[in-house]
Amino acid sequence: MKVWQKNLILILLVIAIAAIPLWMLPDAEFGGADGAAAEAVEELNPGYEPWFEPILEPASGEVESLLFALQAAIGAGIVGFVLGRVTKSDKSKGEN
Amino acid sequence: MRHSRRNRILLTGGVLAGLLGLLTINAGAMHIAEGYLPVNWCLLWGAVCIPFVAAGFLSIKRRIDAAPRAKILLAMCGAFAFVLSALKLPSFNGSCSHPTGVGLGAILFGPLTMAVLGLIVLLFQALLLAHGGLTTLGANTFSMAIAGPIVSWLVYWLLRKAKAPASVAVFAAAALGDLFTYVVTALQLGLVNGGMVKFLAIFAVTQVPLAIAEGLLTVVIFNVLEKYSRAQLQELRVL
Repeated sequence: MKVWQKNLILILLVIAIAAIPLWMLPDAEFGGADGAAAEAVEELNPGYEPWFEPILEPASGEVESLLFALQAAIGAGIVGFVLGRVTKSDKSKGEN
Repeated sequence: MRHSRRNRILLTGGVLAGLLGLLTINAGAMHIAEGYLPVNWCLLWGAVCIPFVAAGFLSIKRRIDAAPRAKILLAMCGAFAFVLSALKLPSFNGSCSHPTGVGLGAILFGPLTMAVLGLIVLLFQALLLAHGGLTTLGANTFSMAIAGPIVSWLVYWLLRKAKAPASVAVFAAAALGDLFTYVVTALQLGLVNGGMVKFLAIFAVTQVPLAIAEGLLTVVIFNVLEKYSRAQLQELRVL
């Protein structure tokens, strides 16, 4: 099997792993695990007050999703760039 | 000469873009939230991390000196961690978490390298996105940038010694490192609050399918490197 064929299968598997919970659990909240942990701390130690507050928070959910999209885009850009360069330089050097 | 200059420009560009990526990292970080560990635990975990991070700086320098052409791969390992930690994925228990993406770097460059990269990631997250936290930075660095990468690295080498195919070793290393990061997070919270099982249920169970996804994605990248960048992988003694 060629590399791209193997990778295509792997990526399809990842998509399936992400999609199946959405399909199986239509009523779930899909909130963050970190929020759940903070709740658990408060449940186990009633009256626990976090003793430090975050310095800066994203202004809204929209701003947060902007930062996320930007993060993924930049990261994927670099990964793609490096992979492109790696695959090209091999060919231009001739057979290895 | 011309070639090495171009490399340097590429590297600089990569690092700068990487740092930009760091700025925006990960509002959903499934790390211990700001203020949720008592002061003495924060100090303890911080102190534990210091020698690892210091050794990490030396390790990066040593590896880059030994294999200068691998710099571009180092930039890519950083970028890979940004992408993966931006992907908040739904899990079968109805909550969301994200992969860590540190396994690839740990396999290619060793776990100490990731102590440095992971620390930078967590620092920016804590500062700009209100996730994780400055007070919990030590604990989170220990789980994501030290414990997880060490497991990834060990698993990779053990499987390679056992003559497992490289792709199988990479998958297992990345997946188990990812999972172990969150097991450590759960232990850190459980030690302080009790209720270890509860935290394990929250973090580790959510993480199982995501760890598998991270393993698969790491193999995707590794497949390409193995075919086209074999010489560099050998230089890094990965193959």
